Amino acid sequence: MVEMFVDITLFVMLVATAIAIVRMRQLFGVVMMAGVFSLLSAMLLVALDAVDVAFTEAAVGAGISTVLMLSTLTLTSRIEIPATRSPLIPLLVVTVTGAAIIYGTLDMPSFGDPNAPAQVGVAAQYLAQSPEEIGIPNVVTVILAGYRSFDTLGEVAVVFTAGVGVLMLISGLRRRRRKPDNESRGKTS
Amino acid sequence: MRHHLILRVITKLLVSSIILFALYVQFHGDFSPGGGFQAGVIMAVAFILYGIVFGLEKVQAVFPAWLVHKLMALGVLVYAGTGVLSMFLGYNFLDYGAFSPDHPSHGQHWGILAVEFGVGVTVSGVMVAIYYAFALRRPAISDEDW
Repeated sequence: MVEMFVDITLFVMLVATAIAIVRMRQLFGVVMMAGVFSLLSAMLLVALDAVDVAFTEAAVGAGISTVLMLSTLTLTSRIEIPATRSPLIPLLVVTVTGAAIIYGTLDMPSFGDPNAPAQVGVAAQYLAQSPEEIGIPNVVTVILAGYRSFDTLGEVAVVFTAGVGVLMLISGLRRRRRKPDNESRGKTS
Repeated sequence: MRHHLILRVITKLLVSSIILFALYVQFHGDFSPGGGFQAGVIMAVAFILYGIVFGLEKVQAVFPAWLVHKLMALGVLVYAGTGVLSMFLGYNFLDYGAFSPDHPSHGQHWGILAVEFGVGVTVSGVMVAIYYAFALRRPAISDEDW
């Protein structure tokens, strides 16, 4: 009962935040509200007992991405320009996409269903074997860094690649200058 | 932010505890929620907070950009190196049992610890590098503009 009340409150606040984001013109406020949105999602994940995911959402969504959005804001304008075209077509696209997504969720297993694909796969095996095989209490860590170590290596490579990509695009790092004894001295190629 | 006295004092107090918390999340991830990814982000937040309040030059004096760029790659190297090391010991790639053949579960602990460390180093490096890249583009907003 209490849990349902908490869930409903959080969802209502999520929707209110989303509406506020849409209606705001001050982009500074929009960024702050986006952080609030992430924090509320993190709270919902805590209510679902997914503490590790909630932790990530709070640190990345509410923390880092707010800072990065603020840094982006300093490079652009502070106030959103009101749209001049009619909002009909975007509204139609959004409505159709939203309806398609809701239609898609109808096929998903209901919450806590023991026959859901996520429960009947290797998850049960991991839960049963990890105490003897590895003996680390936090099964999430065991799965991420132990059983699914290859995936996590790929993930780290993706994070690294993303960082390198951002650096190449916007950091303004130049290529190393040629050696000083070269004739093209001082040229920043 | 030259005259934001409260912000500066609070930041100085917070930065050390944020770093401590990041280390806790990093190395206690086996027993409590969290792990390399979250710890890396929290560690980056400490430096980014310092940079926002005290300015980019101050934070780059502590944590220079070249070091950040090296750390980005170092984390991936640590992770993949753990796998290569287990191959050298005659096991499969990333088979942590290699590190302690007599007690396979000890080897698993060490392997997971090393791998999580690699994740944390890369993530914190990437986050700080992205922040530097954005912050370097133009001087920070002056106090009056906020």
